[in-house]
Amino acid sequence: MTAPLTEHADSRTDAYAVRLEAVSKMYGKDLLALDRVSLAVRPGEFVCLLGASGCGKSTLLNLVAGLDDVSGGEISSGSKIAMMFQEPALFPWLTVNANVEMAMRAEKVGKDERRARAQELLDLVHLGAFGKKRPHELSGGMRQRVALARALAQEADVLLMDEPFGALDAMTRDILHDELERIWRERRPAVLFVTHNVREAVRLGDRVVLLSSRPGRVVEDFPIELPRPRRTDSAEVATLAATITDRLREEVGRHGR
Amino acid sequence: MAVDRLPPAADTHERQLTGLDALELIPAKRTSFGLRVWRHAWPMLTAVVIVLAIWQAVVLAGFWPEYVFAGPITTFGDLANKVTDPEFYQALATTMRRAVVGFALAVLIGLVIGAAVSRVRILRAAFGSLITGLQTMPSIAWFPFAILLFGLTESAIQFVVVLGAAPSIANGLIAGVDYTPPLLLRAGKVLGFGRLQMYRHVILPASLPSFLAGLKQGWAFAWRSLMAGELMVIIAYQASLGEQLAISRELSDSPGLIGTMIVILVIGIVIDMLFEAANTALRRRWGLRQEQ
Ligand SMILES: Nc1ncnc2c1ncn2[C@@H]1O[C@H](COP(=O)(O)OP(=O)(O)OP(=O)(O)O)[C@@H](O)[C@H]1O
Ligand SMILES: [Mg+2]
Repeated sequence: MTAPLTEHADSRTDAYAVRLEAVSKMYGKDLLALDRVSLAVRPGEFVCLLGASGCGKSTLLNLVAGLDDVSGGEISSGSKIAMMFQEPALFPWLTVNANVEMAMRAEKVGKDERRARAQELLDLVHLGAFGKKRPHELSGGMRQRVALARALAQEADVLLMDEPFGALDAMTRDILHDELERIWRERRPAVLFVTHNVREAVRLGDRVVLLSSRPGRVVEDFPIELPRPRRTDSAEVATLAATITDRLREEVGRHGR
Repeated sequence: MAVDRLPPAADTHERQLTGLDALELIPAKRTSFGLRVWRHAWPMLTAVVIVLAIWQAVVLAGFWPEYVFAGPITTFGDLANKVTDPEFYQALATTMRRAVVGFALAVLIGLVIGAAVSRVRILRAAFGSLITGLQTMPSIAWFPFAILLFGLTESAIQFVVVLGAAPSIANGLIAGVDYTPPLLLRAGKVLGFGRLQMYRHVILPASLPSFLAGLKQGWAFAWRSLMAGELMVIIAYQASLGEQLAISRELSDSPGLIGTMIVILVIGIVIDMLFEAANTALRRRWGLRQEQ
């Protein structure tokens, strides 16, 4: 399994899928959303980013995805990046198939190959029979799976996920955790997964990185060495989650004072 | 450390997911075509009957003599005669040709202006509010100027029709581009779209509903401007619906006048319904509208 990153780790870019060095982000003149965040995700690693609401998790992902510019510091990534948003963000005018195929448009993949790959990915998320439907005809969980298929279609080495299962019921979420883990093990992208659900973070991550609130800083980096596959309701996950929750409470509590 | 229970294998998931999916999907309820038509038709029919009744009542009340304000029966009798007269079809053809040509020109110009203004910030600042302002200008106020420029010709009419319709069409496109959901723009960016692909695959499709609304409004303005134009600019040897209105008035032919007005109204309603049908189809496809 992956060992936790040390200070002396190889600093060549290709040892990292994504690397943030002292990244800061200001909104306007006086809202410091992120304060000198340093973080590295190695190829194939699953990192969960955990923090209270409003601590800058989405901001961080947007910066990594290139949707926004840093105010200070540097983000380096030698690889292609795909992103899944909190909402499915599917194009309502396209069928499910066409939505997945859209991910291959920028690369000018040929039509037949696009179609074949989209079908394969939809099968992967168990939606092979729904290709001709439109997003609004699907349930929330199904839409998020289409979004996952679309993100995978980019064949990126880094997959950013911003609370992708936040709006789903617990049962669907559990199943999707298993599915995501299976797909991750098959394809091995580096994943940076944002959540404020501690158990979800422990269930999925190789590491859980805890962010403080306003400004967002890295507080602690917990390696999760529980064997996979894990279950959200297992005792080990619960124990570890409790430890991290305490630390998170402490962090949030600082603001009350 | 005790080994956790293994999570279920993929095919178990498949079954569970399919089960959950099936629970959440509501089967679409399909009503028969005849029933749907009837549902839309009966309120309209009722309205028509009520209007006819009021019309007949006003005529019977005798505020005006029958030769000034014809009743429905005389009018429809006259209209039935008219629709067998080739001259009526010539007039209709002329008017519809002008409408189609003028509207098509307006769409073209509106598209070009809308695309330019929505893309270029300076143009937006300069012309954005001017376009909206133009919409509020009553088109009939353009006619003296148009006649000065083009004389009593068809060009004068087309000029005003285009000026009436193009701002609405441009505005529809501009609004659509403006209100492209930011989330979809971000999704497009993450998918690696360049500027052109973003336009083709995200912004243009996203602005379609608003553009369609602009077309519909543009058509309404075009039709009004056209009727005003045909009343003001009467071209010799070219029968048109507007010209027929003017002639009927001169001849004090009340049934003929009201009959032509009914024809104009019906054409307006039918074309509006076509736009509405297109709009409904689009909204249904996108899931913006719940099936009733
Ligand atoms: N575009 C923006 N302009 C100004 N302030 C912003 C902007 N985006 C985010 N912020 C602020 O930056 C801070 C971090 O926001 P961000 O959305 O990254 O938090 P988050 O951790 O993702 O929260 P949540 O868990 O609720 O999604 C918040 O205080 C927010 O109000
Ligand atoms: Mg967020």
